[in-house]
Formats: sequence, structure tokens, C-alpha cells
Amino acid sequence: MKKFEGADYFNLDAELSEDEKMIRDSVRSWVDENVLPIIEEHYQRGEFPIQLVPQMAELGLLGANLPEKYGCAGINNVAYGLIMQELERGDSGIRSFASVQGALVMYPIFAYGSEAQRQYWLPRLARGEAIGCFGLTEPDYGSNPGGMQTRAVKDGNHYILNGTKMWITNGTIADVAVVWAKLDGVVRGFLVEKGTPGFSAPEIKNKHSLRASVTSELVFEDCRIPAENMLPEAHGLKAPLSCLTQARYGIAWGAIGSAMACYDEALNYAKMRIQFDKPIASFQLVQQKLVYMITEITKMQLMALRLGRLKDQGQLKFTQVSMAKRNNVFHALQIARLARDILGGNGIIAEYQAMRHMCNLESVITYEGTHDIHTLIVGEDITGIPAFN
Amino acid sequence: MNVAVCMKRTPDTTAKIQIASDQTSLVEEGINWIINPYDEFAIEEGLRVVEKHGGEVTLICLGPAEAEKTIREGLAMGAHKAIRLDAAQVPADPRVTARALAEVLKEGNYDLILFGKQAIDDDHAQVASLVATELNLPCVNVVVKLELDPENGRGTAEREIEGGHERVSFPLPAIISAQRGLNEPRYRSLKGIMAAKKKPIEVKTASLEDSQLAVLKYAYPPAKKPGRIVGEGKEAVPELVRLLREEAKVL
Ligand SMILES: Cc1cc2nc3c(=O)[nH]c(=O)nc-3n(C[C@H](O)[C@H](O)[C@H](O)COP(=O)(O)OP(=O)(O)OC[C@H]3O[C@@H](n4cnc5c(N)ncnc54)[C@H](O)[C@@H]3O)c2cc1C
Repeated sequence: MKKFEGADYFNLDAELSEDEKMIRDSVRSWVDENVLPIIEEHYQRGEFPIQLVPQMAELGLLGANLPEKYGCAGINNVAYGLIMQELERGDSGIRSFASVQGALVMYPIFAYGSEAQRQYWLPRLARGEAIGCFGLTEPDYGSNPGGMQTRAVKDGNHYILNGTKMWITNGTIADVAVVWAKLDGVVRGFLVEKGTPGFSAPEIKNKHSLRASVTSELVFEDCRIPAENMLPEAHGLKAPLSCLTQARYGIAWGAIGSAMACYDEALNYAKMRIQFDKPIASFQLVQQKLVYMITEITKMQLMALRLGRLKDQGQLKFTQVSMAKRNNVFHALQIARLARDILGGNGIIAEYQAMRHMCNLESVITYEGTHDIHTLIVGEDITGIPAFN
Repeated sequence: MNVAVCMKRTPDTTAKIQIASDQTSLVEEGINWIINPYDEFAIEEGLRVVEKHGGEVTLICLGPAEAEKTIREGLAMGAHKAIRLDAAQVPADPRVTARALAEVLKEGNYDLILFGKQAIDDDHAQVASLVATELNLPCVNVVVKLELDPENGRGTAEREIEGGHERVSFPLPAIISAQRGLNEPRYRSLKGIMAAKKKPIEVKTASLEDSQLAVLKYAYPPAKKPGRIVGEGKEAVPELVRLLREEAKVL
């Protein structure tokens, strides 16, 4: 197979700095050599390739945009986005792992933790010696996390947690869970370590999507944790929502990776596959699909790059992230479906990646705020009228 | 250990090479430049040597200012500093390159000088040996394994020879040229890439003598002949085997 070279119809490479490109290319070759050869097998078996974690850590991919003083790489947000793009070009499950570790575990500890919590956890999480998960969603509260039922009660030098979290990426393999629960009616964040009595994290099996990623339930039954495990600076729902903004930012980039993988595969296939004595790429209907793909990829890239530059300038609005997550994942999913279609029967087997990406993106369009919830976020922003309930 | 690694920038292995209209040069526009892959083994080996025995790795590259982008790749792998010998073009005559490199290598007091066994663009495979002659140092080419004993000022190297391997011993300082298999070059880590920005690249003027070789003409390889269908099914196998043996001479 020919080496993946990315899709860059508008020469956006010219807008990237040398180190941004070097970071992207390094992750790209790592994905080519270490993810692609093994991912299908793990996907089929429904297993996260945990052996890749030390390599990701060695490359510096975990929490890469956090400061060097905590053992992170301290790169800018565009380079961080490019990493997410390249990881998701491999598989959404690999990107999900990195997103959760960096944006949903390391970020809240960095932004809302005590200095002691930062010093203790961030270097370990960056080195991949500890894996983290983020528990916000509950069985009965998904799009509406503010209604969460999980409760924390103070008991001397401890908090006692009760409740259930659902759909938690990395849950079963996590050494530390960032858990959001209400204390006296206010959402607060807690660090719960693996093995704490009263805490269990059974894996959710039989998924059709994101099979190379661990998804779990988190169950708290009178789970006692030391009082110093609360994140002191997180007060209210806006704390976990700010973490989601970080992760959604990465998803807006990640979706480009899936889309490029599918486009690349469909384009090559269309040029090779002969029907009616011609390559199928010579039919107008097929060309239309390919043109839709590359056009949307180009728009996704422009949106993500601008978003990244705004983030680096400290001017990012969360509503802009919502628009990019909504748009990019939606079109990535359409592109994956079209690629699957162009591949015909071959499109459903593991020798080709399109259907794996397609199935993965069905989760990506749902998690981190469903497509429609992001519609409502942007809708409220432009009309001033909330339409959530 | 004070280690020098001489590295060249070459077009990406997948680059489509275009011959310029003068037929004696190549079109450089649009080419994606990389560290010559054999030099990447040399850099990796240099890094492993200093990780084990202490010291620094200096990259030395003869080339134009644009080559600094490729030099940064080597610094991102972990090399400590670099010297670029300024030359608008890499000379067509490897001896000219070798003499210019020898000039700076002389000043550096290096215990070990590493090269790739050849550059994948011009394939001369001469520079390491020529530099060794200039500096009057022992030279081991096409090395797949290297062990050093700095305390006793010696090293051993394993090299590929026809039908097997040869182990040789040599005194330091020495010149080694790297073959595929010597090691697995590391990925540029994010920290390495960030650190590379701050590492110094010293620019020196290259003393280039006149070339004794001149390129007369570049030509593309002859177009591949179309394939041939020998037959179908089991019956075709003996004929296919015969052709593979007698015509293609691959069996
Ligand atoms: C693989 C996977 C991994 C996940 N990882 C994590 C994780 O690590 N941590 C975590 O906390 N969560 C995680 N989630 C949970 C995810 O964020 C939720 O699934 C998501 O927020 C949707 O919630 P829900 O599944 O309860 O769906 P619901 O909220 O029940 O939504 C169902 C449908 O109703 C629509 N809907 C809901 N409300 C409205 C409304 N007001 N107006 C219009 N339409 C509406 C939705 O758009 C959707 O189409 C993960 C989910 C998946 C699938």
C-alpha cells in the first residue's frame, strides 16, 4: 500500500510552522508503523491496544499542550490538534484514549487541582504510568449532565460517594477517575483511585463502535475517599464543561484524520477498481462523491486551523468549538459512509478501514455533546434563546 | 565520547525525480527533503553511543541554508548541536565534499565519526572512505553492529560481507559507515522537537575545490515493459517457473 500523505487541497501546510509539521509527521509515521498494522485485530477482538500507551508517552503525546514543568511537552494548540488528527487517522479509539487522558483527566487536574495534586498526578499521567478516566455521564443523565444523581457527602476527613456513571472511556483500565458529583447541590470534582473500596468499573461489552477503546460503567457504593482528593477549584457544572471544550477541540481535529483516511482509501480504490471496463473513478457519480469528500475535508481543515490559532491567542469561544465539533464529525461520518459505499462489497471487510472509521464515528457524533446538542448550543448563541427544554 | 555524524539531506524515498531541462541537474522545487536514511542510522547510533558512554553528538551537514530544516530533524532526534558547511549545491564530486568535511572534522577532536554507508540520491558511497583517507583514520564500512570500549580506546564492528558477517577491531578515533540493521532510529519526540528549536547550528564556509567529476547527463530508467500472461490455472505453473528461472533469473 502507498504511504499516506494527507490531503491538502488548499496548501494549508504553508500555514503551519516547521515544528508543527515535524510533530505531525512524527506522529504520522508512528501511526503508520505501530497503529495500522495491529488496529484491525484489536478492533475485531474488542480490545484497546494498551501496549501502545508507553510509546505514546515516550513520544510526548499525553497532555502535550500542558506545561513542561509538569512533565508535559508544552506545545501549542495547533500542534496538539494535529496530533489528534493523526491519532484518529489510525483509529478513533486511540484518539479517544489520548483525548480522555489529556483533555479530560490531566486538564482538570491542571486547571482545578491543588499544586500537590498537579505535582503528583500530571507527570505520572504524562509518562503513561497512570491512566485516567472522566466520569460525568450517568445512565439517566447524558445530554443533561446538570441533573446528575451522583452525590458526595462529607464525613470528617473523607467524602463518601454514591451513584453510577455510564459510558466512561478508559474506565476499567484507569488508575484514577475524575468523578463529578454533587456536594450540597453543587457539582464538584473528585479523584478516585482504582481499588478504593466501594468503587468498581465493569466494562461495557458488545459494542458495534469504538471497539478498540475501553468503555465502562463506574459504580460508587459508599465509596470513601480522602478529603484532599477533591479538586479544590472546581465549583459547578462549568468546570466539567470547560474540560469538554478541551476535548471537543481535539475531536474537531481528530475527525479530519478519520475523514482523510477514508478519502485516501476511497480515492485509491476508485482509481484501481474496474467495472464496465473502466476504473469506477471515471464515472460522474463516483467523482461527485470524491469531490464532496475533499471539499468537506478542506473546510474541516480551515475550521480546525482557525480554531487552533484562536485558542493559541486565548480568544477561543466554546460555541466556536461546538460548531467545529458538530460540523467536522458530521462530515467525517458522511465521508466514511460514502467511502464505504465506493468500496462496494470490499467496504465491509477488515482489509479496508472505511467501515471501522464509520462505526467509530457513530460514537464520536454522540459523545462529547451529541450533534443536536451542539446545534442547540450554537443556536442559543446566535439567537439568544435557549432551546434545550 | 565526542561524536560527529555527517548527514546529507536527500529527496524523500517516494519523491518523483524530475530532470531539469539542462539534463545535468534535477528539479528541486516541490521535493520533500529528508535525512538520508542511512545517515539516520548513523545519528541513532551516535545517540546510543553517548547515552551509554556520555558525551555529545555534533551533526555536520554540507548544504544550502534550506538544509537547516533537515538538520533540525536530526537535532530533534537528540543530537546536541550542528555545523552546516554552507554550499549552494552539494558538489557532484564526492572527493570535494569529503575534503570540505575533513577540514571541519579535523578541528572537532572527535573520538568517533559516523556516516551513512551511502546517500540514496547519488549513491556514490565514497565519502566515508575518502574522509578517512584525508584524516588518516581507520574506516569500517557497512556496519550492522558497533561496540565501543572508550577506556581502552578501541571498538569492534560487525559488517556485512558476501555470504556472512565479519567482525573487526579498530582503535579510536575511527570512521564508521552505517548499514540498515545497525539500529532502529527513534521517532522525534515532542520534547525533542521543541528542544531542537533552541539548539545551535553553526554555519561555516565550505572550502570547496574544483570538481574532477562532472555530470554529463541524467536520464530516466527505461520504461517498464508491460506484464505478460503466461497462461491460466495449474497448467501454467511449469511454464511460469521456467520463465522465472531462465528469463527473469530470480529462482
Ligand atoms: C463510546 C462512548 C464513550 C463515552 N465516553 C464518555 C466519557 O469518557 N465520559 C463521560 O462522561 N461520558 C462519555 N460518554 C457519554 C456521552 O457523552 C453521552 O452518550 C452523550 O452525552 C449523550 O448522552 P446519552 O447517551 O444519555 O443520550 P441522550 O442524552 O439520551 O440523547 C439521546 C438523543 O436525544 C437527543 N436529545 C437529548 N436532549 C435533547 C434536546 N434537549 N433537544 C434535542 N435533542 C435532544 C440527543 O441529541 C440524542 O439524539 C461516552 C459515550 C460513548 C458512546
